[in-house]
Amino acid sequence: MSADRASGHGAATALSLGAVFAIWWGATASGLITPLFLPGPGDVALRLIDLAQHGFVGATLLQHTGASLARVGLAMLFAVITAVPVGMAMGLYPRINAAIDPLIEFYRPVPPLAYLPLMVIWFGIGELTKILLIYLAIFAPLAIATASGVRRVDPNRIRAAQSLGASRDQIAWLVIFPSALPDILTGLRIALGVGWSTLVAAELVAATRGLGFMVQSASQMLVTDVVVAGIFVIALIALLIELVLRWVERRFAGWASAG
Amino acid sequence: MPTLSVDRVSLTYRSKRGPVAALADVSLAVASGEIVVALGASGCGKSTLLGLMAGFLKPSGGAVTVDGVPVSGPGTDRAVVFQDDALMPWLSAEDNVAFGLQMRGVAQAERRAAARDMLAQVGLAGCASHAIHEMSGGMRQRVGLARALAVKPDFLLMDEPLGALDELTRERMQMLVLNLWQTSGKGIFLITHSIEEALFLSTRLVLLSPRPGRIVQRYDTGFARRFIAGEPVRTIKADPDFLAMRDDLSSAILANAAEDAIDVG
Ligand SMILES: Nc1ncnc2c1ncn2[C@@H]1O[C@H](COP(=O)(O)OP(=O)(O)OP(=O)(O)O)[C@@H](O)[C@H]1O
Ligand SMILES: [Mg+2]
Repeated sequence: MSADRASGHGAATALSLGAVFAIWWGATASGLITPLFLPGPGDVALRLIDLAQHGFVGATLLQHTGASLARVGLAMLFAVITAVPVGMAMGLYPRINAAIDPLIEFYRPVPPLAYLPLMVIWFGIGELTKILLIYLAIFAPLAIATASGVRRVDPNRIRAAQSLGASRDQIAWLVIFPSALPDILTGLRIALGVGWSTLVAAELVAATRGLGFMVQSASQMLVTDVVVAGIFVIALIALLIELVLRWVERRFAGWASAG
Repeated sequence: MPTLSVDRVSLTYRSKRGPVAALADVSLAVASGEIVVALGASGCGKSTLLGLMAGFLKPSGGAVTVDGVPVSGPGTDRAVVFQDDALMPWLSAEDNVAFGLQMRGVAQAERRAAARDMLAQVGLAGCASHAIHEMSGGMRQRVGLARALAVKPDFLLMDEPLGALDELTRERMQMLVLNLWQTSGKGIFLITHSIEEALFLSTRLVLLSPRPGRIVQRYDTGFARRFIAGEPVRTIKADPDFLAMRDDLSSAILANAAEDAIDVG
C-alpha cells in the first residue's frame, strides 16, 4: 500500500470517529439527550477515573478487568494445550478426524449463551462454568484451524524431512507444527475474539466480579455513565487482544505472509 | 562404491477414477560417480520413479535396492532435492542446511559450523542467517542442495531442481551441480524436461515414454565429464556432437508423443 493511500485511510478513520464523537458531544451538551439516557463524553471520562480509583459494586475497574482477563487467559491456556494436539491428530489421521469432527461440528454452531443454562445446572455459577464456557468457544475454532493447517502442509516438505532422517515425532513437531503455525495463530486470534465477547455476556448472567457483571449491575441501578465507560473498556481490551495476537502472528509466522 | 538399482519396477496408482499405470517394467542403476538423467514429457512417471528410489513409494512390482538390500523407506543415504525447494521457511538458511544433522542429534554449534561450510560450497558464504523468504529462487535451490549434501548421502535424487529458474541462473546452477558432483563423487539421479540440460548434466541418459512410463532409449553421454575436464560450457553446448544428439532426442520424444496420440485417438 502506498503512503498516500495509507494516510488517506487514516484520514477517513479519523473523520468517522470524530464525527460520531462530535454528534455524541453535541447531543449531550445541548441537553437534547438526558444523562440518564446517554451521558456526555466528559461525564464518562470522569466516571472512568472514579471507577479506577473507587470502583463499583465492590471492586475497582482494575479488579473487574483482571477477573475477566484471568478467565479468558485460563480458558485460552487450556484450549491451546488441548485443541492444538487434538487438531494435529485430526489433520494427520483421517480416522481420528472422522471420530472427533462430528462432535465439534455439533456444538460449534450453537451460541455459547444457549448452553450456558445447562452448564449452570451442571457446574453451578462459579468460575468453573465461565471458564468452561470460554474454553468450549475457543476450542472448536482452534482445533479446526489446526487440523486444516496440518492438511495444507506441502507433502514434499514432509518427504524432504523424511529423507533427512526425521522420525515421526520430529516430523510432527519440527515440520508439520511450524508449517501449520500461521493457520493456528489466525484461528486463535479469531477464537479469542469470540471468547472475549462470550465471556462478557456470560458475566451478565452469573458473576460477582468482571466487566460484564459491572455493566449489568450499573444498568440495573440506572448508572448509565458506568455502562458506557464499561463498554469502552470492553471494546478497548478486545482491540488490545487483537493487536497483541497480530504482533504474535508477525513475530512467529511472519514468513508465511512475506514473499 | 554403492549402487542404487531399480529392477523391473512397475507402479500403479489407485485413484478415485480407477487405477493409473504410471510406470511399467523400468530398470535402471545409478552408481557412485555417475549422473543418470531421466528425460520425458510431463506425466510420464519421472517423479514416480524418483519417489520409488527415494523410498516415498512402494513398487507394485519389481524391486528397488541399494547394493542388493531392498529400500524400505526414505533414508539419509538418498537425499532429495525438489523443484519447489521444500525448505523450512521459518528457519534461517544455515538451520535449513543443518536440519538433517539436527535430526541426528548433532549439537547446535557443531551442526551450524558444518552448515556454513556447506553453504560456502554452494556459493552462499555469508548468507547463513538469511531468511528463506528473502532469497531468490536460485539461492533457495542452492540451500536445498546444501541441505541434501549436509547429511553426506551416497546418492542425490533431484526432481527438476532447476525447472523454476531463469535461463542465466539455470546455466550457472548446472555448472554448480557438475562441480559438486565432481568434488563429492556422489551418484546422482536427476529429472528434467530440458533436452539440453539432460545432455549437459549426464553421464547416462534415459528417455521415458508416456503412460505407462517405460524406458524407450538409453544413451551414454560424455558432456558432463568434458565440462569437468575443463571444456567451457558454451563450447560443449555448441559442439556438433551435442547438437546432433539434441536433435536425435527431440525426434525420439516427438515420435513417442505421436505414438501416444495414436493410442489415445
Ligand atoms: N497420487 C497419485 N494418484 C493417482 N495418479 C497419480 C498420482 N501421482 C501421479 N499420478 C499420475 O501418474 C502419472 C505420472 O506422474 P508423475 O508425477 O510421476 O509424472 P512426471 O513425469 O513427474 O510429470 P511432470 O513432468 O509433470 O512432473 C501421471 O499421469 C499422474 O497423473
Ligand atoms: Mg514430476
